[in-house]
Amino acid sequence: MSIEALKPLIHSDNAGFWEGTKRQQLVFQRCKGCGTWRHPPRPMCPSCQSLEVEWAPSSGKGIVYSWVTYRGPAPHPAFTIPYAVVLVELEEGIRFVAGMVGTKPEEIYIGMPVEVVFDAIAPDLTLPKFRKRATG
Amino acid sequence: MRSMSRKAAIVGIGTSGFSRDFGKTELRMICESVRMALDDAGLVPEDIDGMIKHSDEAPDERAIGDSMGMGNLTYFGDCRWDGAACGMVLRAAIGVTSGMANYVVVLRAFNESSGRRTKTSMRDIDQLCTSDLLQWGFHVPYGHMTEAGRVAMIVRRYMHECGVKGNDFGWVTTVCREHGARNPEGVFHGQPISIEAYLKSEMVVDPLRKLDCYEATDAAVALVITTAEKARRLKQRPAYILSAARTMVNGTEEKNGLYGPEPGALTETRRMGERLFEMAGVKPREIRVAQLDDAYAPLVPMQLEALGFCGKGEGAAFCSGGDRIRVGGQLPINTSGGSLGEGYLRSMNHVVEAVRQIRGTSTAQSEDAHLVLVSAGAGGPSSGLILGR
Repeated sequence: MSIEALKPLIHSDNAGFWEGTKRQQLVFQRCKGCGTWRHPPRPMCPSCQSLEVEWAPSSGKGIVYSWVTYRGPAPHPAFTIPYAVVLVELEEGIRFVAGMVGTKPEEIYIGMPVEVVFDAIAPDLTLPKFRKRATG
Repeated sequence: MRSMSRKAAIVGIGTSGFSRDFGKTELRMICESVRMALDDAGLVPEDIDGMIKHSDEAPDERAIGDSMGMGNLTYFGDCRWDGAACGMVLRAAIGVTSGMANYVVVLRAFNESSGRRTKTSMRDIDQLCTSDLLQWGFHVPYGHMTEAGRVAMIVRRYMHECGVKGNDFGWVTTVCREHGARNPEGVFHGQPISIEAYLKSEMVVDPLRKLDCYEATDAAVALVITTAEKARRLKQRPAYILSAARTMVNGTEEKNGLYGPEPGALTETRRMGERLFEMAGVKPREIRVAQLDDAYAPLVPMQLEALGFCGKGEGAAFCSGGDRIRVGGQLPINTSGGSLGEGYLRSMNHVVEAVRQIRGTSTAQSEDAHLVLVSAGAGGPSSGLILGR
């Protein structure tokens, strides 16, 4: 099944994010004016209205802030139920929606420490996903 | 803001009722509903000089006006988002109280079940710069692509913060179906469910069960709004608009507040409630009946909290057993059945039902329904109304 319909629309406001994932790097917009991180990408800083922005690397570490399990029917043939989608809160304070790797849906809990991994699902698209992270 | 309170009223209601497939175009359903609303008010098409429609619908002012012989509009435009219902009434009230129009119709039609729809998705490529697509491209590659899935994400967080279990939401659906079973216009007429049936309902997107989610229907609704002064000369008991509000906050989308400051709460509903109660000059405990957004059952206890009907984390317990929220209870909700028990028209049917309660003509009529609240769009751009006698 084609995943074309599922690919994100890449444009000059968000290209930096997807270029980062191709390099296996999780980067987010950080305002050059006031230092505020933001996601999803936008052309202007909502805190200080600056247009000056950099794509800054995230630590890739965070916790599960919320999660759901799609139990079907699958909303698109590219996905096999059941599958979980997590909302991760990263150390930088921003939240990011993603899939989980190597963890069954029933093992996920709010507060679970996670870290980023990269999944090249197509030659032109690498998705950041998350796996359970050991702490200590 | 308060200066507009009690200056406008809903004076006519028209509705197609709900079906899985009426076999009609949305334009025809709109025309039938508007004619019914005009008859209800005691008006004719030539009286109408304002029209507020929804941006998701293709039938426009020209098509509707031409079909109905309404050729003299001076006030018209679109509203957006599923939570627009009460905001459309607000826009109409602004039109009549400012003198820009005398009689404004507000309308929606949505053939979601049959698919006899002349406009499909808002999510076209030309919508790139709209907020939903800011988020959309970051959700869809992971299969996070249904509205139920988006709601489930905020509901899980709410459950975590408030110590609520999934089964606690069952009484919302049960009571909505109980009310809907009494309503011949709804698709669940004569079909109540038991709490046991809810508990056996399969998970669609955990933590949401199938019976937590609305089912698609075909429906149209039209309302007529005019000034309080003109309302007193028309056929029906006016449903005075004590207050109307519309709210939006950063970091949210439709049923999708993942990036805002408090995804587990309904920030927009809370702010909307504050504006509604201030403008109307009433307190939550004075409200006799509430028509809440029940597209997804857990949104009901979340709204009860956000609107101040109960404390944080107490919404599910408030609904438990159903006695407080059914007709005759402390705060009857969704007395037509709402989205879960009547049909899904993005809260337009909730506004109609609020008017019926004010008039005393509901199929699940509450005694002394002199103050009725409507809350639309929970979990995204929201709108609300307080109607009074």
